[in-house]
Amino acid sequence: MTGSVDITQFFGVWVSAILTLCIFSFLYKDNPLYKFAEHLFVGISAGYWFCFYFHNHIKPKLFGSLAKIPEDAYYIVYIIPLGLGIMMLLRLVPKLSWMSRWPISFIVGTFAGLNLINYLQSNVLDQIKPTISPVTGFNVDSISNLILAIGVLTGIIYFFFSAEHKGTIGIAAKIGIWFLMVAFGASFGYTVMARISLLIGRMQFLIFDWILYSKNLLSF
Amino acid sequence: MSLIEKLKNIDRRIIFLIIGLSVIIPLIVPLNLPISVSPPVQATYDYVESIPEGSTILMAFDYDPGTMPELYPMSIAFMRHCFRKNHKIIAVSIWPFGAPLARDAFNQVGEGEYGKVYGIDFVNLGFVPGDVVAIKALARSFREISPKDVDNKPIESFPIMQGIDNFDNIDFVFELSAGFPGIPEWVMIVYGRHKKPMASGCTAVSYPQYSPYYQSGQLKGLLGGLKAAAEYEVLIGMPEKAVSGMDAQSIAHAVIVFFVIVGNVFYFIDSRKRKKI
Repeated sequence: MTGSVDITQFFGVWVSAILTLCIFSFLYKDNPLYKFAEHLFVGISAGYWFCFYFHNHIKPKLFGSLAKIPEDAYYIVYIIPLGLGIMMLLRLVPKLSWMSRWPISFIVGTFAGLNLINYLQSNVLDQIKPTISPVTGFNVDSISNLILAIGVLTGIIYFFFSAEHKGTIGIAAKIGIWFLMVAFGASFGYTVMARISLLIGRMQFLIFDWILYSKNLLSF
Repeated sequence: MSLIEKLKNIDRRIIFLIIGLSVIIPLIVPLNLPISVSPPVQATYDYVESIPEGSTILMAFDYDPGTMPELYPMSIAFMRHCFRKNHKIIAVSIWPFGAPLARDAFNQVGEGEYGKVYGIDFVNLGFVPGDVVAIKALARSFREISPKDVDNKPIESFPIMQGIDNFDNIDFVFELSAGFPGIPEWVMIVYGRHKKPMASGCTAVSYPQYSPYYQSGQLKGLLGGLKAAAEYEVLIGMPEKAVSGMDAQSIAHAVIVFFVIVGNVFYFIDSRKRKKI
């Protein structure tokens, strides 16, 4: 081994590689090595998240603001999130768990109010115009626009349950199912691609960052 | 036992092994299969090319190590393109683990490859908690919601932040998203409220869900998964990890398609036989 080895990096790469292999060992069958890596991951994640949120969120934003109350009375409003936070934790006390509903309703109400108009704008209104684009003759764009409009309309008809799916509505709903199937197929294909990408990422790590790195380092 | 019966009862570990080999072999022995650039990726590249040199770009790192294989090469390629055009980058993360990933990318590309200076050419505002509320607050004022950078230094002290305090002072937004909060939330605020140009990179899983934002013009461009990252690497002429992974991706897909076809063929043969019985 050379004298300029970064011990932290060397240790980190080896730990990552061994834990990756422990997780992959599940593909053969469930085993103690896999369970060890899984439990370690869950435990470290929970601990890291707790510390991260406490030091980056609760401590500076909440306690930091409460500490400013003697200087500026405005900061007294931070008692409200403190109270709501405590009420949320009361879920752990069976007799007082009902109190956790208040902060939950506050969160739901706030998010609904904040997002309602914006979602309507970006997910509905801004989508309608490009859905119904002009058909200007026999060309690729026009055919694409036509297919898009038919797909959206028939897809919506499939979810229209106030009329029986018979006759014209039935035919439209069947066409809608075909469009939905194509959409699901595309989603499935992209899901496979994503999962293979993650496998590639791990394999690249094992081959290039672990084996070749260690080989170069140890010069064997 | 017939061939169909044998294949029906095949040990799934054999399938895993074949998929594993179809990924490992092309990584070790590259095939250099051609990579064609799709319109949403080309549109992102063209937009970055079209904005004036030295523009300010807000880059949101909303992902974590779990999706690094797809999104990190994307962020590296996009960052290289921006620094090559001398654009300035302000990084922010609505996801807690995004901030260290932004730091890694800046260290590698900004300082390492292009000699850019922290605080002048780029800055990392770090993690801003609050999901969509945080994005709204950033749109109103950076100083109000994130007065200090990732290293706890006041953002006032950085030359890059002079005259920049909200989305009105930003020329372009690039969001790297691995889930919630992600593209829909940024689109709602950046395009929906401020009509600012925006493009995004996302995991392949979420690409079909977000592509309507590109098709409706709310996004200038959209990069989906490792393939899009490879396309962007090709566009900037710097093939790296994403490009090297595409051979493995293509071969693995071919193997999976083969298994799907074989599985269905034997399923239909088997069901016909049962009907006859």
